Amino acid sequence: MLNPISLAFKKAKKEKRPALLTYTVAGDSTKKQSLEILKAISNYADILEVGVPHNTPVADGGQIQTSSYRAIKNGIKMNDIFKIVSDFKKIKNSKPVIFMGYYNMIYQYGENNFIKRCKQSGVNGLIVVDLPWPENKTFSKKCKKNLINFIQLLSPTTSNKRLKSITKDSHDMIYYISMLSTTGGKLKVSPKKILSNYNKIKKISPKKNCVIGFGITEKTISNFKNTDGLVVGSQICKEITRSINNRQNPVINVSKMVSILRKKIS
Amino acid sequence: MRLKKGIPVIDQGDRLGFWGGRFGGNFVPETLKKPIEDLEIQFNKLKNDKNFLRERDRYFKNWIGTPTRFIKLDNLTRHVGGAQIWSKVVSDANGGAHKIYNATVHCLLAKRSGKKVIIGDTGAGYAGKMLSMAAKKFGLKCKIFMGAKDIKRQQPNVKAMKKNGADVIPVYSGSQTLVDAVSECMRYWVANCDTTAMCVGSTVGPAIFVRICGWSTSQISRELKSQLLDEFGDIPTKLKLYNCVGGGSSSFGFWNEFMDYDKKQVEFIGVEAGGPKKSKRHAAPLTYGSKIGILHGAAQYVNQNSDGQIEETESISAGLDYPGISPLHCFLKDTKRARYTAASDEEALKAYQIVTKYENLRPSLEPSHAFSVAIKEAKRLSKDTIVIINSCGDAYKDRDILEKRLGKKYVKSN
Repeated sequence: MLNPISLAFKKAKKEKRPALLTYTVAGDSTKKQSLEILKAISNYADILEVGVPHNTPVADGGQIQTSSYRAIKNGIKMNDIFKIVSDFKKIKNSKPVIFMGYYNMIYQYGENNFIKRCKQSGVNGLIVVDLPWPENKTFSKKCKKNLINFIQLLSPTTSNKRLKSITKDSHDMIYYISMLSTTGGKLKVSPKKILSNYNKIKKISPKKNCVIGFGITEKTISNFKNTDGLVVGSQICKEITRSINNRQNPVINVSKMVSILRKKIS
Repeated sequence: MRLKKGIPVIDQGDRLGFWGGRFGGNFVPETLKKPIEDLEIQFNKLKNDKNFLRERDRYFKNWIGTPTRFIKLDNLTRHVGGAQIWSKVVSDANGGAHKIYNATVHCLLAKRSGKKVIIGDTGAGYAGKMLSMAAKKFGLKCKIFMGAKDIKRQQPNVKAMKKNGADVIPVYSGSQTLVDAVSECMRYWVANCDTTAMCVGSTVGPAIFVRICGWSTSQISRELKSQLLDEFGDIPTKLKLYNCVGGGSSSFGFWNEFMDYDKKQVEFIGVEAGGPKKSKRHAAPLTYGSKIGILHGAAQYVNQNSDGQIEETESISAGLDYPGISPLHCFLKDTKRARYTAASDEEALKAYQIVTKYENLRPSLEPSHAFSVAIKEAKRLSKDTIVIINSCGDAYKDRDILEKRLGKKYVKSN
């Protein structure tokens, strides 16, 4: 049986489009609201990345930082985040969920405990921004054993030799960082260049589902239709902030945005 | 966990950069793996390259001004009435603090690798000031990341950075202090690592930065060792080296050359910032038993909540106001080579008053923490014990705080 993440990619492929992955921060702006947002956008997104907020994020730009600080300020704790996922998984059109965060949160929870809670609440994959290869070898093996996808990251600075080793050790999905940037940076590389790097990865590792993230927005997304999957994060976080500032409902606005994103790649 | 003899501590990490199998490492985004590896290769080669060492020594001697003084504090010794109190006046160095060593080495490395821009973080502003000086000297563009709160409280150094042509970029996130400045600096490097070199301002960050910084500040103990031989003919049999510890760059440099001595002969005492007397938000993770966590790319003892969110600290001294601590010091603590304790804001201020009353020396608030503990302990020590405090920064930068807390008479114009 295919795991839910691979299944989501397969489904999208059948519809001849990339899978749409969204990123929102757990607990932004409140526990309840972030669950509502997940429910609403799961009508359009294929895989939901749930950000585990951390207060010293070394790879996130302003938009995601704002969302993270807001969630932490409103009191979000690790156990609440697991609860959000398990509540989300109870709805009928629930989708695969991937946690994205920093290693210290896992380290403090205890690796084994963390994996156990992921399984219990229905988390299907993990992206740990600051646990690169080969440092992540042991932990990623533990994840695999427990049927949790450990998603390896690749970037434009990854050497060919590293690329081969990393993809070899990766599970069903890999994540290509489109450019040298923190999250939310403006796309400063041409889509052509990004796609050529993407194709290089696909050539080395044709069976793995490779998604592209960083700099993907309503404006840029349609350049990447011929890929396995695309991640939109900062633009969604920005929309939440904008909605709050304008006293509008973020759930409605974000859901509208994700439906447009989906249309652009369909 | 064991400290090895005959191998520099900076080279005692394992293949993945962990000291004692536990502290340090490289918890960094994939994007930084390559630039970090490049820097490792470059540094490992150059630190054994005679030409490079000659070049370093030339700049250290002619530009930084080595050696810095090693002086006896006669009046303070008489006043305290116990051990002999001496000071290594590292604030003599060009720019007024030990941060110049690391800044100079990073600029030399950046220059050799063809980078045009160098970025750095700063808390008290010394790391930033020195990097801006060195960048100017070596013709590099310079950007300094500094917490907005620190910009307010360390104006003299901010002015110096700007005068040296550096961009000072205020950081408004989180507590607006050093911890946020380091995060922001690393984020900038993630986005610009192809053209830009990064200098981490202390013995913190991914392993290579810990090593480069420790290697650079070790100049302090190299000088001290030969000064001790000149003064006493031998390394004294009862020697105690007191140093403040924030990130831990000056203390590591002050101790490094004495690492292989028995601690009964040469004892290391690290003094962390205990913060305001009644506050619980100290910056002393080693003294108050913080748990191991990951901060800025390295595993270390760090102030954090049970979830792993890094906690805000509070200290009168911006240079010590950091929730983590160098992996090197975690290693020295757990191998029991060094002893760590803390001094409060009030104790540091009191020590500053005592030192400036008896001596023509003006330690900044950071070394004042070390003076506080040294003065207290020296009282009970024998007259043949040599107590040395690293006066690693000058108080000029603290004039606003000193005036506010102690009144005008403690602030001399400079």
